[in-house]
Amino acid sequence: MDFALSEEQRMFRDMFRDFAAKEIAPHAEEIDHEESLPLDVLQKAASQGFLGATLPEAYLGAELDGVSYAMLVEALAGACMSVAVTVATHVSLVAMSILERGSDQQKEEWLTPMAGGEAIGAFALTEPDAGSDGAALQTRAAIAGDEVVLDGVKTWVGNGATAGLFLVFAQEPEGVGAFLVPAGAPGLTVGYREPTLGLRSVSFNTVYLEGCRVPLANRLGEPGQGWTLARRAQDRMAIALAAAGLGVAGDAIEVAAQFATERVQFGVPIAQKQAIQGYVAEAFAEVEALRFLVYRAAWLADQGADCSVDAAVAKVFAARVARRVTDYMVQVMGGYGYMEDYPMARKYRDARALGIIGGPTELHLVRIAQRIFAERDVEIVP
Amino acid sequence: MDFTFSPEHVALRRMIREFAENEVAPIAAELDREHKVPYDVMRKLGEIGLLGVCFPQQYGGMGAGETGYCILMEELGRICTSTATNVGAHIGIGAMVVHLDGTPEQKEKYLTPLARGEKIAAFGLTEANAGSDAASIRTRAVREGDSWILDGGKVFITNGGYADVITVMAVTDPALGARGGVTAFIVESGWDGFSVAREEDKMGIRGTSTAELVFEELRVPHENVLGKVGEGFISFMKSLDMGRLTLGAACLGGAQAALEWSVRWAKTRRQFGAELAHKQSVQWMIANLATEVEALRSLVYRVAWLVDTGEPFTQLAAMCKMYGSEVASRAIDAALQIHGGLGYTRDFPIDRAFRDARIAEIFEGTNEIQRIVIATNIFREHGVRIRP
Repeated sequence: MDFALSEEQRMFRDMFRDFAAKEIAPHAEEIDHEESLPLDVLQKAASQGFLGATLPEAYLGAELDGVSYAMLVEALAGACMSVAVTVATHVSLVAMSILERGSDQQKEEWLTPMAGGEAIGAFALTEPDAGSDGAALQTRAAIAGDEVVLDGVKTWVGNGATAGLFLVFAQEPEGVGAFLVPAGAPGLTVGYREPTLGLRSVSFNTVYLEGCRVPLANRLGEPGQGWTLARRAQDRMAIALAAAGLGVAGDAIEVAAQFATERVQFGVPIAQKQAIQGYVAEAFAEVEALRFLVYRAAWLADQGADCSVDAAVAKVFAARVARRVTDYMVQVMGGYGYMEDYPMARKYRDARALGIIGGPTELHLVRIAQRIFAERDVEIVP
Repeated sequence: MDFTFSPEHVALRRMIREFAENEVAPIAAELDREHKVPYDVMRKLGEIGLLGVCFPQQYGGMGAGETGYCILMEELGRICTSTATNVGAHIGIGAMVVHLDGTPEQKEKYLTPLARGEKIAAFGLTEANAGSDAASIRTRAVREGDSWILDGGKVFITNGGYADVITVMAVTDPALGARGGVTAFIVESGWDGFSVAREEDKMGIRGTSTAELVFEELRVPHENVLGKVGEGFISFMKSLDMGRLTLGAACLGGAQAALEWSVRWAKTRRQFGAELAHKQSVQWMIANLATEVEALRSLVYRVAWLVDTGEPFTQLAAMCKMYGSEVASRAIDAALQIHGGLGYTRDFPIDRAFRDARIAEIFEGTNEIQRIVIATNIFREHGVRIRP
């Protein structure tokens, strides 16, 4: 066992924090208020290699190890959780799926532009009647000669409005298939954007596929293997989202602790009050527990092990910690925690997403329980 | 023991529910989105007597007691937290000080139009450096003949941006501090020297005005001193007790709404081949939520009954506010979770309720202050004096 970061990882961590503090934090309030991500913020992230964070150098990626990537998402989320979720959707859900299952030609075609920020990835799995339930997918894929014709409606497509490439899941005779659909493909329309409580600059859109045609060569992986691919992508995303929860919670403590040293009530900085100490200390304990849960899951994923339970555990715990810690830190800041010209209200709204996006906590609990009971020969149906 | 509501209170609830559903529900989302105060709703509430629900009929009130007032706040809280907040700041803390400590002349002049909604009240206590530590206010009032000259300012004042009458606390004797050196004044916003410096941009209750007020050589006639000179702190604390109870009632309404939404959605939303109602994780959330709502309901109306029968209630009012705000936050959090993505969008009232609910743990005395009030009372009975 060795819990120390390598010298390289420490260097990366400092670089990520520096980038987040200089390039993202100053814009975070505006990003939230305007509900859009300025293109130059993404371009700056691309120029640092962050949009190809875990991709090989051959595709202009930064070839980060899993723990370093988790620290990147953590640092981004500390400054602005919207940016972190946009990057994680792009990298963990889409780019890494192509790297793992794509043909050489698909990798050539997509990974370099994705790393360069010329094509942002979007993940189109959820449907109106299939939120957490993959088997209920209604979108159809029909083979017509050397083309695939896609028909259906996808909702909550992360990065929908800014995407250059959609990873679309649809039913085909062999099961669920995965397809790479470029933005602008005939029959693909990006529609309604969800007006969300938090994560306001991430565009979650409804996407319509109406006789949408793409070459058969755009199938990702084998026929009928899309569900396995989606689940692996979701496992990676669960770890990334847990890292985002770690970032938002960690930074919330920083902000509120600073406030508590400056805010004087009853003749002393409120940091001197046990009630405030309790909030901050509890939050700190939870964040430290979460930190090593996240890094461990990220490290396990790097070892090539099946880490779906570890990812689920990290995600469930992160959603709770981020929710609770931002709640405590709003309370530490009192009225100022509730005002939109201070960062805590935004963090509080953003953090609440983690119990829902990337699969609700209840679904992750079922998956954890499935593993526990499978070892005892009991099959759990959600 | 009798836990039933009187026929008058039952009828009152029916009337308020109808009003809230017909007049407030259709505009609640817009108030939040557009950051708009519902002036028309306030005017109509005044016209039908509800802004004087708990005040004596002699002063334009309805005379329905604290129980009636709690019913009003519960029903408004069920539909729109912003509207409940406007009403609570107006009746519960703004006008309440005049009701509790005003002279007959002051009541005639101020309470009557406030009870009828012809004028709107606010309560001016908090300052930039005096939030939880209310005793350290610095707004100064200096006697000058038949007047007092006020200098200073207040922050986070609910209804502050549009109130006609503000009950303001100011230091009249710095040497004495909170005990004997602070006096309450009735201030009219139209007077020279009164200005609104800023409107806050809040996460929730966006259908309310939260303003910073500035007083510059603001001249207040001596007849507008509320209660005795030097006893302002006691006056304000009494109103705050009332406000805390009814804030708990508004939270009860918010929690009740969260429960109703959750049940409705769980009945219709299907996942994995069955309605959510058949999932134990959802059943548990609903069962816990319903239990807390019932506990809160009992607490709120028991304390209202104590007030109406003239019993002491300070400690229990603090519990109403603290427990009520925490139940409401938990209830709406559960409702959001049950609704999944839909709960996280502004297309549905849960997003608004989630943002709105969070303030109740903070304003009208943070929950930390409520815990201090409760603990102070408990330890005082055991001969221990605690300080915040």
